[in-house]
Amino acid sequence: MIGLSHYLIVAAILFTIGVFGIFVNRKNIIVILMSIELILLAVNINLVAFSAYLHDVVGQIFAMFVLTVAAAEAAVGLAILVTFFRNRGDIAVDDASMMKG
Amino acid sequence: MTFSANLSLVLPEVILAGSALALLVWGAFQGKASPAFTLASVLALLAAAFAAVVGPHGHAFNGAYSADAASTYAKVAIFISSAVGIVLGDRWLAQRGDQKFEYAVLIILAALGMGVTVSAGDLISLYIGVELQSLALYVLAAFRRDDAKASEAGLKYFVLGALSSGLLLYGSSLIYGFAGSTRFTDIAAAAHGTHGVGLLFGLIFLICGLAFKVSAAPFHMWTPDVYEGAPTPVVGFFAAAPKLAAMMMFARVLGDAFPDSVGQWRQVLVIAALISVFVGAFAGLAQTNLKRLWAYSSIANVGYALLGVATGGETGLHAMLVFMILYMVDVTGFFACLQALSRDGKPMETVEDMAGLIKERPGIALAMTAFSLSALGLPPFSGFWSKFYVFKAALGTGDVLMQTAAVLGLVGSVVGAFYYLRLIKSMWFDASKGSVDAPAPAARAVGFAAALFAFPVVLFALVWLDPAAKAAAAAFGHA
Repeated sequence: MIGLSHYLIVAAILFTIGVFGIFVNRKNIIVILMSIELILLAVNINLVAFSAYLHDVVGQIFAMFVLTVAAAEAAVGLAILVTFFRNRGDIAVDDASMMKG
Repeated sequence: MTFSANLSLVLPEVILAGSALALLVWGAFQGKASPAFTLASVLALLAAAFAAVVGPHGHAFNGAYSADAASTYAKVAIFISSAVGIVLGDRWLAQRGDQKFEYAVLIILAALGMGVTVSAGDLISLYIGVELQSLALYVLAAFRRDDAKASEAGLKYFVLGALSSGLLLYGSSLIYGFAGSTRFTDIAAAAHGTHGVGLLFGLIFLICGLAFKVSAAPFHMWTPDVYEGAPTPVVGFFAAAPKLAAMMMFARVLGDAFPDSVGQWRQVLVIAALISVFVGAFAGLAQTNLKRLWAYSSIANVGYALLGVATGGETGLHAMLVFMILYMVDVTGFFACLQALSRDGKPMETVEDMAGLIKERPGIALAMTAFSLSALGLPPFSGFWSKFYVFKAALGTGDVLMQTAAVLGLVGSVVGAFYYLRLIKSMWFDASKGSVDAPAPAARAVGFAAALFAFPVVLFALVWLDPAAKAAAAAFGHA
C-alpha cells in the first residue's frame, strides 16, 4: 500500500535533486531553469498528497496557483535569459561572472 | 461578509491593480513614457497609500487578507517609496535616452505584490504576493537590456529568487500538511503547545526562503552582484520598499502563524542576524564600488532588523518597524545622491571617484556624509535612533541569548564604521579628480530631503513614527 510517506519521500528526493541541480551544475543556464521547475513540481506533489490525506481541497487549490505562477516565472526567466544571450552570445554558467567580490 | 465588504478592505490593491492595467493600455497606445504618464502612476500610488490610511480594518476573503494597523503602516511607506522610485528612475532613464513606460507599470505591480504580502493572512496569499513582487523586480533589475551587466544581474536575481521561492513553497507545503490549513490563525492554533518535527521543518524552510528575500546572510550572495549590475535608481528602490515588505512577511509568519514557537525560531533568527551583521561589516571592508559597498551595508542593516524580529513580541516588532522606515529613508537618499553624480557623463560609482567631492558639489557631499554617519550609527543621526530601538528591545528581553546577540551586533557596527569613514575621508580630504557634472534636479531634491530627514527632521518625525509603529506592532498575533 502506497501511503502519504511515500509521496513525501519522492517529493523530498525531487526537491533535493532540484536544489543540487542549481548549485552543482556548471554548464548551462537552461538546466537551472529545469531544476527550478523540478523544485516547484516537488512542492506540488507534496501539496496534492497532503490534500488527499487530509481530505481538504485547499492543497489542490494551492497546487493550481503554484502551476500558474511557475508558468509566469518560466516566461520571465526565459525573457531575461534571451537578453543575456543577446549581450554575450553564450549562456554558459561560468560566463555569468562579470561581477565578482 | 459580502463581496463588496471584502473589496472595500482590499481597496489599495484594487486601485493599484486597476491603474497598472489602465496605464499598460495607455502606454501601449502612446508608445513611450510622457510626463503625464509618470504623474498618473505616481498619483495612483499615492491614492493607494491614502486608501490604506482611511480604509476600514478587518479580515477579508475568509481571513486570507487582513487590513490592520501593521499593514497600513507598511503600505504607506512602501507606496510612497515606490512613487519616489518611479520619479527618480524615470528622470535617470530619460537622461540616458532609455525611458520606457513599462518602468512605472512594473514598479506599480511590484508595489501591488508588496501590498498583498504585508496583508497576507494565508500561505497562498503570501506566496502570490511574493511572486508578483519578485517577478516585477527581476525584470526591473534587467531593465536596461542592452547593458551586459544589467542582464547578468537580472539573471542572477532570477535564479536565486526562484530558488528562494522554491524553499518558501516547500516550507509552506510542509506547514500545510502538518497543520492541516494554510490560514495563519489555524496554523497558530495547530502549533500551540505542540512542536511537531514536520511543522518545525516547514518553518525552517520558510525562514530560509524569506531570508533570501531580505538578503540576510548566509543567503545574501545575490545581493552585491544585483546591486552592482542593476540601474542605480532601481537599486535604491530594491534596497528600500521590498526590504520592508520582506521584513513584514517575517513578522506576519512568525507573529501571526507561530507566536507560541518563539523558542524554536529565535535561535535561527539570531544566528542569521549575527552572520548578516558580520558578513556585512567584514566583506564591506574590501569593496571599492559604492553600490557593492551599500549592498553589504544593507546586509548588515537587515541583520539588525532581524535582531528586532528575533526579540519577538510587541517591543521587538516595534523596534524592527521603526528601524526599517529610518533605514529606507537613508538608503533612498544615498542612492538618489549616487545617481545624481556623474563625471563627463560617466557615473561615479567607486570610492576613489568621490575624492574631493566636497569642493565640487558641497551639497551632495554633505548629504552623503549625513547618510554615511547615519548608517554608521552616530548620534544624533537617524541610524543611531534605529539601532537604539533594536538594541534596547533586545537587551530588555532578559534572555541571555538576545543580550549576547545585541553586544555582538554592536561590535559588528564598530567594524562596519571603517568603510563609512573611508568614504567620508575620501570626499572631504582627498584631492579632487576633476569637475563633476551638474546633478539632476529631482535626484538632488530627494537626496537633500532625505539628508534633512536623517538629521534633524528625524527627531520630530519620531514623535509620530514611534506611536504609529507601536500600534502596528500591537496588531500582530490577533489575526
